[in-house]
Amino acid sequence: MIIYGVAILAFSYLTGQLCGEYLGEFLGVKANVGGVGFAMIILLLCKEWLQKRGWLDTEFERGVDFWNKMYIPVIIAMSASQNVKVAVSSGFLALIVGAVPVIAAFFTLPYLIKLSAKN
Amino acid sequence: MEIFNNFIDKNGLVVGFLVIGIIAFLSEVFSKKVLRGYLPGSAIAILAGLILAYFGGVFTGGEKGLADIVVFKGVGTFGGSMFRDFTIVATAMGASYLTMKKAGWLGLVSLLFGIVFFFVFGVALALIWGVRDAASLCTIGAGSCTYIVGPVTGAALGASSDIIALSIAIGVLKAILVTILTPLLAKRVGLTNPAAAMAFGGLMGTNSGVSAGLAATDPALVPYGAVTATFYTGLGCLLCPSLFYLMLGWVL
Repeated sequence: MIIYGVAILAFSYLTGQLCGEYLGEFLGVKANVGGVGFAMIILLLCKEWLQKRGWLDTEFERGVDFWNKMYIPVIIAMSASQNVKVAVSSGFLALIVGAVPVIAAFFTLPYLIKLSAKN
Repeated sequence: MEIFNNFIDKNGLVVGFLVIGIIAFLSEVFSKKVLRGYLPGSAIAILAGLILAYFGGVFTGGEKGLADIVVFKGVGTFGGSMFRDFTIVATAMGASYLTMKKAGWLGLVSLLFGIVFFFVFGVALALIWGVRDAASLCTIGAGSCTYIVGPVTGAALGASSDIIALSIAIGVLKAILVTILTPLLAKRVGLTNPAAAMAFGGLMGTNSGVSAGLAATDPALVPYGAVTATFYTGLGCLLCPSLFYLMLGWVL
């Protein structure tokens, strides 16, 4: 059943996000720390566990895959609801502090990758 | 008219599906016919979303772009953090746990390096600009991490509301730039494999920027970028108002 896939995804999402909330609370931070990351790892572990038992069927995978494919539309909707006006009209300091480090970071990436290749 | 408004209000999310479907379709056509595939349809659609968001903000004076126009309210729900995170988690289904574990060290290094890099860079630029008090500098540096770290830090340090607003604007601008530049620069900076995507997620850290930028570059890389970026905002909120603020005090 397709709902089983969606339910496992929901279970992973909720458990992971809750872990992130509690970790944030534990660290004394007013933010979720790593919720999505925990959720992804839980989903991957669930998948492996189900695979071993042979319970992973195509219907089940379709339930997750639908949301996987909805990802880009969600991102388009997210872009359409960003506060672009404030970003564009906040003056020169915002423009510089927002833009210069981002461009510099892009060109730092190859060195970071090289560094890891050495180790 | 009242019937129509109530109808739209009740069915907002479904209207959002339709609106995004239309934007995606028109962008695909534009990408194929006008640009001849130079930029993928998804990148055009994301860019179109940003442009529409700008006009939404101009027309309504609100903070949620297109979603502030009543008819398009559902777009905001569809693009809100719940759907965003839910679909990002779903992308993990196609990811390999082993690859993530192998590149874990690189991800962690990039994460810490990324937060320090953006904070220091932001503070330095603000210093050059003439900002002098530690709380404002720290808030601006935090804003160049993400648009959540900025206001959280500003509130914790008691920065003035215009500095907090500035830090949000900086963070939003960062997210937008990462979105636009990632598909353009990906090949040149070696962002072509899962390990590089993990480093990229940790370095840039802005959840919306990283996820949108990678989506427009190569959707297969999304889970790897997201798995490190998800720690960035939380760690930033932890480090900026505490350790970084103290260190800033010593330096000044």
